[in-house]
Amino acid sequence: MANKISDETIEYVGILAKLELSGEEKEAAKADMGRMLDYIDKLGELDTDGVEPMSHVFAVQNVFREDVVTNGDMRADILKNAPGEKDGMFMAPRTFE
Amino acid sequence: MAKQYETVIGLEVHVELATKTKIFCGCSTAFGGAPNTHTCPVCTGMPGTLPVLNKKVLEYAVAVGLATNCTVTRYGKFDRKNYFYPDNPQNYQISQLYLPICRDGSVEIETEAGKKQVGIHEIHMEEDAGKLIHDEWEDCSLVDYNRSGVPLIEIVSEPDMRNAEEVIAYLEKLRMLIQYLGASDCKLQEGSMRADVNLSVREAGAAEFGTRTEMKNLNSFRAIARAIEGERERQIELIESGQKVVQETRRWDDGKGESYAMRSKEDAQDYRYFPDPDLAPIVISDEWLAEIKAAQPEFRTEKMARYKKEYGIPDYDIEIITGSKHMADLFEETVRLCGEPKKVSNWLMVETLRLLKERGMDPEDICFSPENLAKLIRLVDGKSINGTVAKEVFEIMFEKDIDPEKYVEEKGLETVSDEGALRRAVEEVIAANPKSVEDYRNGKGKAIGFLVGQTMKAMKGKADPGMVNRLLKEML
Repeated sequence: MANKISDETIEYVGILAKLELSGEEKEAAKADMGRMLDYIDKLGELDTDGVEPMSHVFAVQNVFREDVVTNGDMRADILKNAPGEKDGMFMAPRTFE
Repeated sequence: MAKQYETVIGLEVHVELATKTKIFCGCSTAFGGAPNTHTCPVCTGMPGTLPVLNKKVLEYAVAVGLATNCTVTRYGKFDRKNYFYPDNPQNYQISQLYLPICRDGSVEIETEAGKKQVGIHEIHMEEDAGKLIHDEWEDCSLVDYNRSGVPLIEIVSEPDMRNAEEVIAYLEKLRMLIQYLGASDCKLQEGSMRADVNLSVREAGAAEFGTRTEMKNLNSFRAIARAIEGERERQIELIESGQKVVQETRRWDDGKGESYAMRSKEDAQDYRYFPDPDLAPIVISDEWLAEIKAAQPEFRTEKMARYKKEYGIPDYDIEIITGSKHMADLFEETVRLCGEPKKVSNWLMVETLRLLKERGMDPEDICFSPENLAKLIRLVDGKSINGTVAKEVFEIMFEKDIDPEKYVEEKGLETVSDEGALRRAVEEVIAANPKSVEDYRNGKGKAIGFLVGQTMKAMKGKADPGMVNRLLKEML
């Protein structure tokens, strides 16, 4: 494995992903990410000069909807997916200081 | 000598588009629905759902780009901007980073210092987030996703502005262009137009920009002007005392007149953008672009020139009327119906502006129809009602867009031009007011005013004042 992931990097990625990892999990994640980067390096060996960057895997374009209201009030069903509900709203962990 | 500083300002303006539905699903964008009644699996980020772009959003974005002299991106796509926050149910916002729909434009602004071009760096399309309400009782946040997925365009300017006056002129210009396009109502107070101010200061003559901060929560022109002044002072003080300006997002508190650094959401500015694989690329053909171009309306500058030529109304009236797309439309349609530009302009400039001011309303809120205003003008022209009655009827029309013809008929407000009836009223007034009659006969010309007033009163305001005057003079 050529790529080494530092403790700082794994800590930072953990913060971005909102994950709390144990020491053991951190080591495992570092090894996984190192192998992923090795693979990216392998891809980097290919000669891509003159190749257009791909932005989509399917050969489709211009998929649109017309501006017409098609949905009615489906609050009752939508709220069944909420972790908690109050006054017709989703309950989420407190976000204000 | 104290150092001279220059302020450098760039703006990020978010505009909520006036579509009927959200950007990626068929939910209504109507304002004021009960929480979460305008939501579906797509705009609440349920797994396995597929967003599909609202064509109207793309057309509005391109139209705004054309109106601001941008180059339209012919091959575009959407990207995911990743962040965790409960207002964003997908944990990413669908936006455009790599290939924004429009680039490299400019608009001309005019201030007391003269004319100036402000560059537009780019315009991109994105979705709005939900609304968070803090619940003290449960110590949690409550989320309403009705706004989640409402279409926005973000217009990013170049750092070309140097003071609050230029910033406000730029915002006014954008607002006018976008309102004329019908792409948004652009109301700062209601949040359909939001401006974030990026500001830095540098010593006058310096080539490099200073470190900038971004100021949010500016919901009036006044707040924007105050925030610019406050932030300029704060940065100069830091520099003068040997400290550094920190690049950060700050929130303006207009009540306190100060800003403070924002935490949480803005902390980790690592959005890990990548192309959204759920949305197909956008290709804008020459024909489609030409179609959107052909549908561009007449903008304010052209309209002002045409009004002067076509209607011959005063410059000041033109300035006010074209200052609101709604008022300009109302004016033109009413003139088309009744053919009296000066009279239409008068109703708008005098009575309409007075009532708008009294009620603290915007010209966009005017509710009466051109048909009804044209009818009212015809009623006055045909002497069916007199000026005083017309003003009363207008006030009710302004309130609830009534049909003035029907109203006048129902309330029996037609001018009495039956000479016999008027003659009898005048006779009674003369008999009942011998003092004024004598004054008039003794050369006090003014006394006739009182007698006219008495006759009008007796006729419940419905007489033709010219006729009353004539009859009085004749009979005295």
